[in-house]
Amino acid sequence: MTRAFDGWSLTALIVAALVALPLLSVFGLALSGSGDVWAHLVSTVLGNYIRTSLLLMLGVGVGVAVIGAGTAWLTSACRFPGVRVFEWALLLPLAVPAYIVAYIYTDILEFAGPVQGAMRDLMGWKTARDYWFPEIRSLEGAIAVMVLTLYPYVYLLARSSFLEQTATLLDAGRVLGNGPWRNFFRVALPLARPAIVVGVSLALMETLNDFGTVDFFAVQTFTAGIYDVWLNMNSMAGAAQLATVLLLFVFMLITAERLARRGRRFDMKAGRKKTHVHDLKGWLAVAAILACLLPVLFGFLLPMSVLFSHAMVFYEDSLNSGFWRHAGHSLLVSSLVALVSTVLGLVLGYGARLSGSVLTRYASRVASIGYAVPGSVLAVGIMLPLTQFDRSLNIFSTRLFDLPLGLVLSGTVFALVYGYSARFMALSLGSVESGLARITPSMDGAARTLGANRSETLRRVHLPLLRRFLLTAILIVFVDSMKELPITMLLRPFNFDTLATYTHQFARNELFEEAALGALAIVAAGILPVILLSRTITGGDR
Amino acid sequence: MVSALEYENISHKFGDRDVLRNISLEIGRGEFVCLLGPSGCGKTTLLRLAAGLERLQHGIVRLGGTIAADAAHHVDVAPEKRNVGMMFQDYALFPHLTVMENILFGLRKADQKRIDWVKDRLAYFGISQLTSTYPGTLSGGEQQRVALLRALAPHPQLLLLDEPFSALDKARRIEMREETGALIREAGATTLMVTHDGEEAMFMADRIVVMNEGRIEQIGSADNLYMNPRSAFVASLFGHANRFCETVRNATVETPIGTFDAKGRAEGERVCVFIRPEGVVPLTDEEAGRDASQAEVTSSHYLGIASHIHMRTIGSNSGSAVTFHAQRSGRYLPRAGTRVRYHVDPEHVFVFRDDGTEQDR
Repeated sequence: MTRAFDGWSLTALIVAALVALPLLSVFGLALSGSGDVWAHLVSTVLGNYIRTSLLLMLGVGVGVAVIGAGTAWLTSACRFPGVRVFEWALLLPLAVPAYIVAYIYTDILEFAGPVQGAMRDLMGWKTARDYWFPEIRSLEGAIAVMVLTLYPYVYLLARSSFLEQTATLLDAGRVLGNGPWRNFFRVALPLARPAIVVGVSLALMETLNDFGTVDFFAVQTFTAGIYDVWLNMNSMAGAAQLATVLLLFVFMLITAERLARRGRRFDMKAGRKKTHVHDLKGWLAVAAILACLLPVLFGFLLPMSVLFSHAMVFYEDSLNSGFWRHAGHSLLVSSLVALVSTVLGLVLGYGARLSGSVLTRYASRVASIGYAVPGSVLAVGIMLPLTQFDRSLNIFSTRLFDLPLGLVLSGTVFALVYGYSARFMALSLGSVESGLARITPSMDGAARTLGANRSETLRRVHLPLLRRFLLTAILIVFVDSMKELPITMLLRPFNFDTLATYTHQFARNELFEEAALGALAIVAAGILPVILLSRTITGGDR
Repeated sequence: MVSALEYENISHKFGDRDVLRNISLEIGRGEFVCLLGPSGCGKTTLLRLAAGLERLQHGIVRLGGTIAADAAHHVDVAPEKRNVGMMFQDYALFPHLTVMENILFGLRKADQKRIDWVKDRLAYFGISQLTSTYPGTLSGGEQQRVALLRALAPHPQLLLLDEPFSALDKARRIEMREETGALIREAGATTLMVTHDGEEAMFMADRIVVMNEGRIEQIGSADNLYMNPRSAFVASLFGHANRFCETVRNATVETPIGTFDAKGRAEGERVCVFIRPEGVVPLTDEEAGRDASQAEVTSSHYLGIASHIHMRTIGSNSGSAVTFHAQRSGRYLPRAGTRVRYHVDPEHVFVFRDDGTEQDR
């Protein structure tokens, strides 16, 4: 506060620069890359990537909006048997990464799977030519899987928006002659629209980030393309060029989200909260129960029961030393990332609070763009500067000491931690910022006038008050790191597997049953933040 | 004698908005000074500049004769090194610390003498039993006391109070300002308090500094400001007044409720006459002389200490009746429609230049 520029804001700027570095290097690489790779990409695959990605986004967008907003309205404005359970149960699919759901449904629905097997037994069919069955490993399959796992984003935001809407507004609609349906479409839904748009944008960012599902289903999206061009065509420049086009999509989503968040201001706080609920009876109640049950059933219960049964059957095979080694890797990387990004999030958040200068405020905005950038893009952007650093370091050390140091940063756990932290910084920073926002500035003033300097104020006032938010940050970053696949696939050290990559590898080799235990461990970790969320959702409202 | 706090040519902007314009002010040791003005007049910024919570943009701030901040020389002592106590409008009690931990927050070492002092004061406030509870469970008045003790515990050379009673209801506010005033005077702390309540400032302060739009409008004792306000703005801070804007003729101003001395205003000048309600006294028939003016009562309200009467002038030549307020001590409730005679006390009549601004109601 006394000096405009100090250690706190300097550190905040450095952290922001580190997050921005991968993006800049992607742009740099894309521009410097040779034109012929690009020309080749344009003439061959680019059109397909764009078309597939757009169709995927369209399908997922519509699906999550309908399911998310629909279930949100049912659980916030209607009363029917089981509604109190659905309130939190609808969040459960959030715990299961899309790629694991993809493996499971492939396992059940493929030709050799139990569903088609039972149908053949029942009807006496012999071969695939005897009957028609939808192909799960397709664009439509990918859409279905992602809708099932991503609709909770919309559900969460739409629900809190519906709950915020004042009863008087809805009552006014009724008095003015709207029936309950008309009231929903003409009053409640338009008021919740900004929240729904934010939820859909978040879901679509996750869609663009997804690697496991599209890779497994062989759906040619950008993410799959980046991986293919980099590892199979061995062209980093080409990968960077694809990544740049992908970033344009991301930019559109960010813009949509920002605009919608700005629009949220018309959500009114004042007035009587909703006490008035629609009592659903008979067929309507049955329909409501089904509408809420199906997403939970297909997004969580069914996949979980499959995982459990595989894990039980293949318990001995899966629980070998490999499992423990991969689990150890996952735990190590995830804990490191959780700590690093929480500490950096705290530095950024507190730095911005202290200086209040435009520069540090921008720094924290820049540092949070990682959440929108697909992991594959970040991986491309991180690989390049780290390899160059290692190369220069080796030239230097060989010349001076005749000692080649080998890979120091690239191809090590450092690269993984860097990639994860850049992507998840927004989560920890967001948690820290919402915690700091609850501490009135006069708290800082009080501590300072009572003789505590900046660091002491942080230690004696902010840290104790932020404890819950820091734990939340650590937890959600940890869990997202456990699930992380695209960055890990591209940046992991040689022969270094996490639970996620090992499950993916096994699934690709059609040995998914044996990796079920690993998948189960990932989901088990993922349940933790969902419990946390469901407690705030049910505790805070009423 | 060295002043406890000195502002020298302080100017301050938030973005393009001037919040303080060339303020200079000295506060003597042991003095209790109130900064009085409407919200947005810059008084809180001035307070925060003394604490070092706001970065000084222009001018010099001295504490006890030494420079605490000097914008021209880029000196700005950190708030924790200024030995200043501050009490915040929202009290800013640390919710994770007990009452005692809050109060002792600013004490470097466990100084037994200060701890005993704190315990004494807790007893004086009647909140000794609360020492190990958390602020969230306290009432507004209790929080206010804890915040005050916390600010005073490190024995600051200057105590800053930012609207300390604004979060309390009216009855509690009056009780608390007596207690607070007594404790601060006993502690002998130099105090600068921000308030927008004229009555509160009159009650607490040795000296009142009236601020308006970033400038100091008038400085004086309560009595001085009340009886000799320099401007319509200052007069309006101490209660609502009847206001009539007219032109000076023959060294007098003629208003609908009487003709008054122009108090030295130039002939032909547009002026506004301020008459406090307590200066307009309704008279009983025995008290009233024949020549006392008459008006019609529109409503009357008993307010405990005094009665407040709304009146309307009776059909003057222009035809339009003018309403005004009068006051009489005790219970006096004439019925609407009755005609009463009244007397205007010239002590409560102020004449200001008409600056064209509408009085805010």
